[in-house]
Amino acid sequence: MSPRLQRLHGLVRKEMLQILRDPSALLIAFLLPFIMLIVNGYGMTLDANRMKLAAVVEAGAAQTRAIEEALDASPYLSVYWAPSGQAARRALDTEEVRGILTLRQDFAERLERPARWPAVAQLAVNATDPNTARLLQGYVTGAFTVWLQDVATERRFSTGGGPVLETRYWYNPQLRSADFIVPGAIALVMSMTGTLLTALIVAREWERGTMEAMLASPAAMAELIGAKLGTYFVLGMGSMAMSVLITVFVFRVPLHGGLGALTLTAALFLVYALAQGLFISTITRNQFVAAQLSFITTMMPAIMLSGMLFDIASMPRWLQLLTYLFPARYFVAAMQTLFLAGNIWSVLIPNLCGLAISAVAAIAATLAVTHRRLD
Amino acid sequence: MLSRILALIIKELTSLWADKQTRYVMLIPPLIQVIVFANAANYDVWHVPLSVWNEDLGSQSAEYIRGFSYSPAFAPAPDVFSPIQAQQMLESKTAAAVLHIPQRFSADMLAGRPSHVQLLIDARRSNTALLIGDYAAEITAAYAQRLNPAAPQPLDIELTDLHNPELESRWFILPGLVVALSLIMTTLVSVLSLAREKELGTYEQMLVTPLRPAEIMLGKAVPSLVVGLFEANLVLLAALILFRLPFKGNLPVLELCLALYSLTGVGLGLAISSFTRTQQQAILGAFVFLAPAIMISGYATPVENMPRAMQMLSLLDPVRYMLVISRGMFLENLPASVVVAQSWPMLLIAVVLLVAATFMVRRSIS
Repeated sequence: MSPRLQRLHGLVRKEMLQILRDPSALLIAFLLPFIMLIVNGYGMTLDANRMKLAAVVEAGAAQTRAIEEALDASPYLSVYWAPSGQAARRALDTEEVRGILTLRQDFAERLERPARWPAVAQLAVNATDPNTARLLQGYVTGAFTVWLQDVATERRFSTGGGPVLETRYWYNPQLRSADFIVPGAIALVMSMTGTLLTALIVAREWERGTMEAMLASPAAMAELIGAKLGTYFVLGMGSMAMSVLITVFVFRVPLHGGLGALTLTAALFLVYALAQGLFISTITRNQFVAAQLSFITTMMPAIMLSGMLFDIASMPRWLQLLTYLFPARYFVAAMQTLFLAGNIWSVLIPNLCGLAISAVAAIAATLAVTHRRLD
Repeated sequence: MLSRILALIIKELTSLWADKQTRYVMLIPPLIQVIVFANAANYDVWHVPLSVWNEDLGSQSAEYIRGFSYSPAFAPAPDVFSPIQAQQMLESKTAAAVLHIPQRFSADMLAGRPSHVQLLIDARRSNTALLIGDYAAEITAAYAQRLNPAAPQPLDIELTDLHNPELESRWFILPGLVVALSLIMTTLVSVLSLAREKELGTYEQMLVTPLRPAEIMLGKAVPSLVVGLFEANLVLLAALILFRLPFKGNLPVLELCLALYSLTGVGLGLAISSFTRTQQQAILGAFVFLAPAIMISGYATPVENMPRAMQMLSLLDPVRYMLVISRGMFLENLPASVVVAQSWPMLLIAVVLLVAATFMVRRSIS
């Protein structure tokens, strides 16, 4: 064995022993992803089922009863029939319901003579959470549309010709938000474990001075960094495999893409995340600051700027440009496509290129700061 | 005794502030996050690329499409002329939706006949897809109204958006960020204050001083509390000044609630650090609790959407309660009964955690 290989072998062995001796590395690699995925998968859902709505019907009549039935039948709504406007308002103020639907006394009467004035249904929603508010409005309007069509066919008044919009939801026909959040959450988990893993462990080596000792040894800088990246890469890929298994078998997200493409995407992202962790620990050399920086540069962008939860196309232009600097963006786009749509190379290739460039840049930056730090 | 505790508190605060990196980490990243998140956190759709596959030759389809061009929700993507092109458009994400208008659309419209228009939506992002569908339905209804203004309108739904009339997502996110960031800082500072002393060996030194366990806890708790409140107010000010959020509630009450809430963060941090021996383990412990605590609190997605077990679990989460108070204080004048209903669980959590942490410290002495 050449001395170079022997050194590399020794270095990898040292890293392995270190991992086995201090369980916190294994904890970061396996326990943290597990908890994060379970919590994200079950906890973060945008599917609003059974939204609570208070309804006030001031005068009962045959027509309003049909509406009541239509509202009760909606799978998205859970209706509280409030005895009075005040009761409904109280429920809204204490956040027991998300909105109030009011049908005034003359509702049925106006409905009888649509030509004069339309019947008015008032819907007031608590818009503190605008997304939920908008969904609630959509569901109530939908329930009324269904009811109105029934009335129209029954009483044979025409709702006019006009376009009939048929909406088809592709790739995720049941509109399960878990199907896009969980593959996105893998990005969150991997960027956290990848970066935190190296950032904390190497920051401690700097704090204790063992890093200087290693650099003073005959091993070349590239060998040292290579051995560290290599060892933690294996650990990180293990946690990636676990994440994919949880996504597919626990959350039942379909995996349409190939395992090869998935592995390649994950490997590129992991190399980037590990190198970023090395970089952070080298410039900070302090565990508190390293933890804070990895939290801020990985977890927060992975949630907010990656497209995991919020649509990048709807952001202001300057922020859209900024998202290109965070590789979580490329990883999330690739993961969502791989899981829900398949190996679509027109989406994958640009994102894989983005990941590869980021990985190379992060490694180069780490090598550069380590050199400088020694002078 | 008081002067002893005061000395300890001052020592902790100066050691935090003296470190340039730590000082920087406490100030700059929170401000960057406020600015970035206030702009990024938007559930609404805006300028979604829409591609049209128009098989109609008449003028009515152009009129109908104009409704989409005028809507800020949509932006034009290249037209398509076949189902395969439509599919490629959606697959490659060049368009988020394809509108298919059939032959004889104009003729049908002018004759008062219905015509089936198809809207294909890329639902990889389910929430966006749902909103695109809603906007398209609105545009379609408006077009039908323009086409046939004399048609009886049997029903009119009047929509009112209370507390947030423009449906601004940042009005939802920023009061949440006040809560999330202050907890992260409070917990990290307190988790590290004990762990660092343990790792450096100064912990034993402190235990042999005349300070009693409760005094040590107090000396560690107050500085973290100060940092947490400082962070919360930093974000609060940024939200009010930079993003012009309304503030309709009572500021002293909010500060009081924030102090109580930060106390739960301190309790969490001290409880974790009493179990751990190194800073690294302490930081990890903090992550393991903080990340789920923020996720299941309703910070990003509503608690009522979660499965029942998760909702139950969130009852143990102080973030959940503080979020209700913070959002209520900014956007509406939250009734006192709601404030009280959210405060006592936080008090309970804080007491349990602090007692547990003091107990652990006492045990490590004996």
